[in-house]
Amino acid sequence: MKSRLLLVVLVIALLSVFGVVSAQDEAPSGELEIFSWWAGDEGPALEALIAVYAAQYPDVEVINATVTGGSGVNARAVLKTRMLGGTPPASFQVHAGQELTGTWVIADRMEPLTDLFVAQGWNEAFPAQLIEQISYEGDVYSVPVNIHRSNVMWSNPAKLEEWGIAAPATWDEFLVACPTLQAAGVTPLVVGEAWTVNHLWESVALGVLGADGWAGIWSGETAADGPEMLAVWDKFSEILACSNVGVDSAGLSWQQAIDKVIAGEAAFNIMGDWAAGYMVTTLELEPGVGFGFNASPDTAGTFMWLSDSFGLPVGSPNPVATVAWLELLGSVEGQNAFNPLKGSIPARIDAVSAEPDLYNTYLQAAAADWASNDLAGSLAHGVAANERFMGDFNQVIEIYLASGSSAAASAAFKAVCATSGACG
Amino acid sequence: MRSQRDRTIAFLMLLPSLALLGLFVYGFIMQAIGTSMSDWGTNPAQPPLAINVVKSFVGFENYHNIMTDLLEFSFRNSLINTFFFTVFFVAGCLGVGLFLALLLDQNVMGEGLFRTIFLFPMALSFVVTGTIWRWMLQPGGGINTLPTAIGLPPITFGWINSREVAFGFEWADVPRILTVVGVAILSILALRFALSGRRRALMVVGGIAALLIVLFVAGFWNLIWLPLDTPEAEASIAPKGFNLALIGVIIAAVWQMSGYTMAMFIAGIRGVSEELREASRVDGCNELQMYRYIILPQLTPIFLSAMIILGHISLKIFDLVFAMAGPDNAQTVVPGLLVYTEGFRENSFAKASAIAVIMLFGVAIIIVPYLWSQFREASRADR
Repeated sequence: MKSRLLLVVLVIALLSVFGVVSAQDEAPSGELEIFSWWAGDEGPALEALIAVYAAQYPDVEVINATVTGGSGVNARAVLKTRMLGGTPPASFQVHAGQELTGTWVIADRMEPLTDLFVAQGWNEAFPAQLIEQISYEGDVYSVPVNIHRSNVMWSNPAKLEEWGIAAPATWDEFLVACPTLQAAGVTPLVVGEAWTVNHLWESVALGVLGADGWAGIWSGETAADGPEMLAVWDKFSEILACSNVGVDSAGLSWQQAIDKVIAGEAAFNIMGDWAAGYMVTTLELEPGVGFGFNASPDTAGTFMWLSDSFGLPVGSPNPVATVAWLELLGSVEGQNAFNPLKGSIPARIDAVSAEPDLYNTYLQAAAADWASNDLAGSLAHGVAANERFMGDFNQVIEIYLASGSSAAASAAFKAVCATSGACG
Repeated sequence: MRSQRDRTIAFLMLLPSLALLGLFVYGFIMQAIGTSMSDWGTNPAQPPLAINVVKSFVGFENYHNIMTDLLEFSFRNSLINTFFFTVFFVAGCLGVGLFLALLLDQNVMGEGLFRTIFLFPMALSFVVTGTIWRWMLQPGGGINTLPTAIGLPPITFGWINSREVAFGFEWADVPRILTVVGVAILSILALRFALSGRRRALMVVGGIAALLIVLFVAGFWNLIWLPLDTPEAEASIAPKGFNLALIGVIIAAVWQMSGYTMAMFIAGIRGVSEELREASRVDGCNELQMYRYIILPQLTPIFLSAMIILGHISLKIFDLVFAMAGPDNAQTVVPGLLVYTEGFRENSFAKASAIAVIMLFGVAIIIVPYLWSQFREASRADR
């Protein structure tokens, strides 16, 4: 009698172990808690995605657990306390790349999704360089939903015509135009609070080093204190001399910096393409007419990307429903439901061509670049280096701004590489 | 008369509170001290968020690191910022609070209304205050454009954006500065003792001053004072001192808390009996002399209480600076902000714990003697 009971228990245990693998045999049910920072302006996009999911799986109760705070600054803290406390959400939003790998994957807290990628055919739908840059030891751990571009330069075409300046293709062209603009009382390049300076730095570094040199920083091939990096800091100093850094930059949000460009008080601003969403939706400007966009100087042909993605945490309370959610996120339908409202482009290269009318002029141009350009992971937004490095990088920038010395900045950069283990 | 039974019941009633305090306050303090002596999050080889984190004991290495390593200059600057913020915040609140209390003591019409208005800012949270003042202190608008209303040119001070530093010094100068300040204060005391003929006190003070000078000249302080890893590099990251960017934060904090100080002073002034005032008027005092010689000395315990409360607020300040300047502004960084960014952004839990323990001891140095003196007074009053 006892041995028969033991046998039954053993069979049930074996079946539940295989439950995750045979997810497609069970219908998703129960609760699905989606943890993200998509509140406020980005809320409608997430809700559209949840609506599609709810229509497909009516038995699942979706709990939309958002923590407000741009770029997840607050959500990450809440997520860490939950994971450390042993109550992970079913799935959580995280920047694909080292922000996920360096924090959660090496801590053995994420389930590999390589089989899911093969089963869904995603290895062909996403760019090969993307899969490569988000893999860790051969496995992929998250599904990229959207792609934002970091190396974009925004301008006001009407004002540029008035000043007789063309959008520079190289930083040297920008530096030539700089005195003309300053004489006209215009800030050549407007920067905002601290993180936007980091954002500018990565565009400058990409321009000076190229995509291979940039990747070399994180693999160790480009020496942190070598001559190429010194050249980056030197170029950065020339560019900052043509900007408002230290004058009124610390109190400006990125939206206020863009406002200055539109108002004609500044000529150019380097910001990610969420600025396009702001200008189209809030300022109601037309891409190419009300505002102009170009690749950051010296970076044409390289797409510096960041991506919001979702994964499957170890100990997820509802793996079946979560895998169904991930399948939706990686599908053309899901990405086309989410991205037009969010103002970003799908990570899949076949999604925009399936329904191009959903995307405005800027997004279609960006999607074309995404499918054809070289890819470089953003540092300021969690792709290229882990959280420890990103936090200490603020110190490097501060050392640089305070001392004005490229040598000091290089040495500090090298020290931060060592303490965080982020540079290969 | 307290019987054994009464004492037992009293103890049992206190037991739940004691247990909760013991666990949630002292237990976690012990845990934080333990974490600060580990390498949780500071060792690149061990992922800090793993399910089974591998932590090793490293003793005081985290403390040594934050006091000497070049990349931790933010922490050392945050200590300087806290010092200057405390000094100006406490002085500002006491000054403004006393001034308002004295004004309201003049039997003006609508005193109750004014009192309420001055107290209103205290009802706001620091986040609201910080956000409002951040908007008002924007360099391009707000307060800087006020003079244009009367035809003057606008102010060009950068407020929170400012990178200017006043009272600049380097870490190596600190022993010299403290010695000079110490000897100066002791000299003033010595003069006062000499004038009032207190020989013994004069000799003690003179002895201490001489000792300080001898220690400094002999280079004793160089043995124990802050051996920075890279003093030249540290010196190049701008002089340390009073960051003028803090002025905006100080104004917002004084605006918020001076009403509270004013309320304390009003209570103290009211506590001076009317007979004393009458007697002083009979003796020929004018109003100013009455305030200076009769009322202000009676307010000494209020000064002390207010300084303690304001001091411990300023040592822990976080939300005001977060709302006004953000966690990334190096000119206004304070230790509370660093605990948050080191712990929850960079996952360096051991370093964050070390900073938190230092904050704890900083506050304890102020609060514990105060509480001790209060208890001694209370138990003396019991007898």
